[in-house]
Amino acid sequence: MDPAAAKLIGAGLASIALVGAGIGIGTIFGNYLQGALRNPSAAPGQFANLLLGFALAEATGLFGLVIALIILFVF
Amino acid sequence: MPNPMHQFEIKRFIDLEFLGVDASFTNASLFMVIAIASISFMTIWGMRGRALVPTRMQSLAELSYEFVANMVRDNVGTDGQKYFPIVFSLFMFVLFCNMLGMMPYSFTVTSHIIVTFALAALVFIGVTIIGFATHGFGFFKFFVPSGVPVALLPLLVVIEVISYLTRPISLSVRLFANMMAGHTMLKVFGAFVVGLGVIGGWAPLAFMVAFTGLEILVAFLQAYVFAILTCIYLNDALHMHH
Repeated sequence: MDPAAAKLIGAGLASIALVGAGIGIGTIFGNYLQGALRNPSAAPGQFANLLLGFALAEATGLFGLVIALIILFVF
Repeated sequence: MPNPMHQFEIKRFIDLEFLGVDASFTNASLFMVIAIASISFMTIWGMRGRALVPTRMQSLAELSYEFVANMVRDNVGTDGQKYFPIVFSLFMFVLFCNMLGMMPYSFTVTSHIIVTFALAALVFIGVTIIGFATHGFGFFKFFVPSGVPVALLPLLVVIEVISYLTRPISLSVRLFANMMAGHTMLKVFGAFVVGLGVIGGWAPLAFMVAFTGLEILVAFLQAYVFAILTCIYLNDALHMHH
């Protein structure tokens, strides 16, 4: 296979990591909403944890994006 | 389509060499100086009145102080208060670098891995030194989880050590990747607006407006996450909770 084509395919495959980030962010916000509707008075206290979880989940997907960019621009 | 990576290019303003190391004054240095100057301006000039009823600038300085002080108190405890200055400095520096990067035509310092890795390495080395200074060689017990079968220990200790050693990498890559991905995406969609013209450009423009809002949220959130993870690592080193 042409190495340039293999590089592009590899970068595309590395971007699949964002699937996990999508599932993670959905789980975090979905569960927060579920908990918040069951006990609305406790919801504001967990808002900082919600944002922390969102940022951590989003970052794991972006690690995959970094690998895609390394494949494209470093090798 | 213009190259979306062009915005991360480092331009030299003043050529400098220090002991054989290239220490030129670049656009990255300029924006770090601007960040430090605006933080100092906000805190020093804002607190000059020391009024009981704060002015807007003073309340901004007080709010940021309170925010980080509460974060340190909640996550590290009262004996962690002596590390408040470093957490505050890290939080404000990352926050201002991220926020300055959101201005058009500016440069995002934190979108370069070397900057974030230097900050993360500072945290990692500092926390490790604090851990060994507080507990001596007992700090090695941190890598031995309690309440697990002895047969599993060799495996778990290796995993714990690896997870400890990847902390600076995950801490730096998280911030760098968020900043770089966000700014690249803004540039790509900006090119769509120009490419589709007056008739079709409205849809990506509306998306851009919403996405800029999200990016400002992410800029704050990543500074918050960086500071809170520093607090969590400090707490691990000081109290060795497991």
